[in-house]
Amino acid sequence: MRTLFLAGVALAMVAPVLAAADQSAPPPSTTAGPSNSFNPQISLILSGGYTRTSKDPATWALAGVPMPAEGEAGPGSRGFNLGESELGLSANIDPWWRGAASIALHGDDAVSVEEAYVQTTALGRGLSLKAGRFLSGVGYLNERHAHTWDFADNPLIYQGLLGTQYGDDGLQLRWLAPTDRYLEFGAELARGRGFPGTDDSRNGAGMGSVFVHTGDDVGASHSWRAGVSLLQAKAGDQALLLADSDASLAFTGRTRVWILDGVWKWAPQGNASRTSFKLQGEWMQATREGSMSLDSGGAVQAAPYRVTQRGWYLQGIYQFMPGWRAGLRTEALEPGAPGYGQNAALLPEAGGKPRKHTLVLDYKASEFSLLRLQWAQDHSRAGAADQQLQLQYQMSLGAHGAHSF
Amino acid sequence: MNTTLKPWMAAILAGWAMCNAVPAQAALKVLACEPEWGALAQALGGDLVEVAVATTALQDPHQIQAKPSLIARARNAELVVCTGAELEIGWLPVLLQQSGNPRIQPGQPGHFMAADSVHKLDVPTQLDRSQGDVHAAGNPHIQTDPRNIAAVAVALGRRLQQVDAPHAAQYAQRQAEFSARLQQAMQGWAAKAAPLKGMAVVSQHKAFVYLYDWLGLKEVAVLEPKPGVEPSAAYLQQVLTGLKSAAPRMVIHAAYQDAKPSEWLSRQAHLPVVKLPFTVGGNETAKDLFGLFDDTVARLLAAGAAP
Repeated sequence: MRTLFLAGVALAMVAPVLAAADQSAPPPSTTAGPSNSFNPQISLILSGGYTRTSKDPATWALAGVPMPAEGEAGPGSRGFNLGESELGLSANIDPWWRGAASIALHGDDAVSVEEAYVQTTALGRGLSLKAGRFLSGVGYLNERHAHTWDFADNPLIYQGLLGTQYGDDGLQLRWLAPTDRYLEFGAELARGRGFPGTDDSRNGAGMGSVFVHTGDDVGASHSWRAGVSLLQAKAGDQALLLADSDASLAFTGRTRVWILDGVWKWAPQGNASRTSFKLQGEWMQATREGSMSLDSGGAVQAAPYRVTQRGWYLQGIYQFMPGWRAGLRTEALEPGAPGYGQNAALLPEAGGKPRKHTLVLDYKASEFSLLRLQWAQDHSRAGAADQQLQLQYQMSLGAHGAHSF
Repeated sequence: MNTTLKPWMAAILAGWAMCNAVPAQAALKVLACEPEWGALAQALGGDLVEVAVATTALQDPHQIQAKPSLIARARNAELVVCTGAELEIGWLPVLLQQSGNPRIQPGQPGHFMAADSVHKLDVPTQLDRSQGDVHAAGNPHIQTDPRNIAAVAVALGRRLQQVDAPHAAQYAQRQAEFSARLQQAMQGWAAKAAPLKGMAVVSQHKAFVYLYDWLGLKEVAVLEPKPGVEPSAAYLQQVLTGLKSAAPRMVIHAAYQDAKPSEWLSRQAHLPVVKLPFTVGGNETAKDLFGLFDDTVARLLAAGAAP
């Protein structure tokens, strides 16, 4: 019911504006930028590389954190590999709507729709409404496509608590306040199709989120953005696996994820062509509450379950000369103390606290090509660290992409 | 979960309703992408406009990010004045999308692209990224020729009259005054710069084609191997070798650029380096559009007169 009410509110807001815009005189035509000579704008990201790890990626897990049985988390496959090829299309649909789609072609020949949404362009007053499949606006990194990340992989908190990156089918409303300082509010209602939710048959929304972001400049050389987000998702019989255990777990309940994010950028006089620095960090807390059932070959037993998982990452990227950047990321995840109830005896004891340190060096010959060398010391699993070396290329052809902050 | 969502939604809706009630500000809010258009909008609008400029003369207009501060400016702007011709392709589309502001979207009266009003040079016959960061619409650095400023002033004057119709007469008058003053100044610059005609020069980036076209300077080499690509030592050596017969008189770069390649060539070929303001605010003298060309012509003359 509430979902319906909110959807109704959104529609009620769109309709009068569309009607009003319809009556206004046609705007004068200006020469379209040549980027529009292709309608829609098409771009293709090509990526691939070579990965060397000291432990078998098939055994990758986050110690103490039950992970979705089918997920993309982890360092991927060893040896030479083709990364995700991402096909992007976007264009204005008419004077009131814009559409964009991003189709991922995976190295294993699978195809997935990363994003496919329509978005209003004429609502005015700082409002915009998105409908379709989109990456949620929570946090900082979540909305950003993999090819714009500063590292080859996502931080552990995203891999463990948000199913690598949270995308969903639904509605997103954003409102930019009419202030001199950037202040944006957003709210989303969606299906809940991915971890920490599950794609169940229900009429209501399986995921809801709210977020607020603010930011500004400090002098000509510094700028920043910070935000707070809350995402809530429902899960029913969510298949999970735990490190060092063969038992299949199934979680039913609610997950609430809080995210604090901040990014600060520096460039001398705001001119990043020679040197620049970017400091970025996020803190995440996921509280999962409900029941966990366990199938260890014997009888399936369900027990009340509640856990609070917390983690963070902090990364700095320094451009020391044109085209060349070096960076460091350090991160940790606290799996919390899950109460498995009477199932606890069937599960292994919590094995430490996942943490990881990553060094990266990248080179851009132009805006359209990037070569990356990344070395990580991954303590996600109990025991000795996994030494991960990644060589990667990431190139784009087609439309010139515009960069978000 | 909706118990958490509802107050937030209510707050957003209440805020939205509140901002509906706020009356429009008296001054027309203009967001200019580059300082030259900020200066022009200010000259044509006077106290009828409130101008915010997205970039400074010390920043590379190709490489700006859609910073939060710029999104906030775009959200409140009633008119954006940019170069166009793909110069801002890496950031303006994001600003427009995230602004939630329909007035400044492409095709609307609040979306003004200066390059639409001028005849562009260097329009590539072949569009291929192997040629570097080429702009399909032609060279976007149109502000280095005051004849372009004059053409844009007429178009922008008309646009201001359209966007802020109640003050149309005032905009028309200010534009006529500005254009007359500019025409007069242009005669002065052209007379002063006469000795530069036909002089061979080297540029660091292909940023001055319009300036050369105006003053009759001859570009014999460019230090960047392809537009937007930093020259390597080997490439610079190659340029130096090729210069023997051309006998350039100076090497020119813009204030926002790293001077190293120009300085290297200067030492090797014993040429004066000319750091041009490139846009308003590029140095202390280039305080407005008139100062920009006064200073540009003076610096070129000084270097050209050197033995």
